[in-house]
Amino acid sequence: MSVRDDRDSLRRTPLYDLHVSLGGKMVPFAGYDMPVQYPAGVLKEHLQTRNQAGLFDVSHMGQIALRPKSGKVEDAARALERLVPQDIVAVAQGRQRYAQFTNADGGILDDLMVANFDDHLFLVVNAACKAEDEAHLRANLSDACVIDSLADRALIALQGPKAEAALAKLCAEAPAMKFMDAGPHQVAGLACFVSRSGYTGEDGFEISVPAADAERLARTLLENPDVMPIGLGARDSLRLEAGLCLYGHDIDTATTPVEAALEWSVQKSRRSGGARAGGFPGAEKILAHFDHGASRRRVGLRTEGRAPVREGALLFADSAGGEPIGKVTSGGFGPSLNAPVAMGCVPTSLSALGTKLFAEVRAQRLPLTVAAMPFVKNTYKR
Amino acid sequence: MTTTLYTTDHEWLAIEGDVATVGITDYAQSQLGDVVFVELPKLGRVLKKAEAAAVVESVKAASDVYAPVTGEVLETNPDLASEPALVNSDAQGKAWFFKIRIADKSELGGLMDEAAYKAHTA
Repeated sequence: MSVRDDRDSLRRTPLYDLHVSLGGKMVPFAGYDMPVQYPAGVLKEHLQTRNQAGLFDVSHMGQIALRPKSGKVEDAARALERLVPQDIVAVAQGRQRYAQFTNADGGILDDLMVANFDDHLFLVVNAACKAEDEAHLRANLSDACVIDSLADRALIALQGPKAEAALAKLCAEAPAMKFMDAGPHQVAGLACFVSRSGYTGEDGFEISVPAADAERLARTLLENPDVMPIGLGARDSLRLEAGLCLYGHDIDTATTPVEAALEWSVQKSRRSGGARAGGFPGAEKILAHFDHGASRRRVGLRTEGRAPVREGALLFADSAGGEPIGKVTSGGFGPSLNAPVAMGCVPTSLSALGTKLFAEVRAQRLPLTVAAMPFVKNTYKR
Repeated sequence: MTTTLYTTDHEWLAIEGDVATVGITDYAQSQLGDVVFVELPKLGRVLKKAEAAAVVESVKAASDVYAPVTGEVLETNPDLASEPALVNSDAQGKAWFFKIRIADKSELGGLMDEAAYKAHTA
C-alpha cells in the first residue's frame, strides 16, 4: 500500500468535518482533501445514485460571478464570448450552458458552466484550473466586468431519480425547473443558487450555498433515507458511463472542441457564417476543424471481457505489430453496465461506431469496439 | 498442519508441505474497494519471488499481486473469473488466487506471522 501523502498543505471544503464524521476515505484531489468513497464503497455509491439519490461535495470547484460594469448582463455575455466559442448572449435569464475556455491553438484551457442570473453571469469552473481561469478572466474581461470570486460558497450536487423529491421538500420551486435551468432560490430558507444539472447522466441539481450553512444543508438532505453521500470514485464512474469529459484527461490544452466530439456545445452563431462567427481564442483552427474536419476524435470504447482498460493504455489498429494509433483518455469499470467502459482519442478514420481496435494492457492486446456514448442513457428532465 | 504467513505487500500464504496457497489479505481488499476483475498467472509458470504474479482490478484502480516466494504455479482459483467480488467477501478463504510449489523454503524466513502482520497494518 502506498504511504499517505503529506496532508498539511491540502485545503478543506466547508463539508470536510461532515465527510470525516460519515467515514469518508479522504484523498488529495486538486489540492483538496476530498472523500474518494464512504464505507458503502464505490460500487454501491454508484448504483445508489442511479437508482435513488446521491449527495456529492463539489465545493472544490470554482464559483465566479461576472458582473457587467454597465449593469447590463448582455455586456458580460458579449465580453465572455471573447474567451469561449459558445453563444453566451443567447443564454436566457434563468438558463445555463456548457462552455469551454479555448487557447490560441484551439485547445481547451478548461470547461465550465455559465448561467444567466439576470444582472450577472454565474460561472462554475474546475477546481484544478480555477486560479488560472480567474486570472484569465481578469486579464481579458476587466474592461467590461468585475470578476468576483465566490470563495465563500460551497457547492453540493444532488443527483439521481429521487433528487427532485428530496430537494422539493426544501425548495418548492425545484420540481418546476427543467434541465439547465438555473437561478437564485431559497433552499431550507438559505440563499442558494440552484441549477438542474450535474455530472452523472442522471436528473439532478447543483446547489451553491453559503459556506457557513453548507454542513447544515447537507445534513438536512442526508436525513432523507433516499439520499446517501457519494465520493469522487463513484462521481468518476458515473460521469464515464454518461460519456462526459474529465478535464485534464479527455480534454486538455492540445484538444480542440471538435477533436473532443463537443461540436454540439458550439452554437451555429459562433461557427463560420454565423452572426458572431469566431472572435474567440483559436477560432481559426477550431472553425477549420468544423469546416474541414479534424484528424482525430474522442470516442467511446467497449471491451469484450471484464478486464478494465485504463487511462494511458495505447490503442492499436491490429492485434499485433504496428504503431499506436491513439490512447485511452479515461477508462474503468461501469457498475451500471457491469462491464468496463473507456474513452479514447483515435484517428477520425478509425472513429466510426463498430470499428474494432485493440488496447495494450499488461503486454497483451485486448479487443475493443468503438461504441456510442453515453454508455448509459441519460435521464435529464427536459 | 497449515502455517499461514504474510508479506509486507499484503499477500497471505497458507503453507502445507512444499505447497503454498496465496491470496491477498482482508486488509488489502478493504483498501482496494470493490474488486471487479482478477487476472491470474498461467498454470506451470515459474514465478520468481517478488515478481508480479496476478492483478486485482477494483472500480478505482489496478493493483499488482506479487509472488511471495519462487516456484511453479500448480493451480489457480476458477471462481474468481465468474465472481471477483469473492475477494471482498472472503479474501482469506474462498478467494485464494493460486497455489505455488515452494522452490526454496529458506525464502519463507523473511515473512511475517499473523501477530507481526497485524502490527504491520496497525
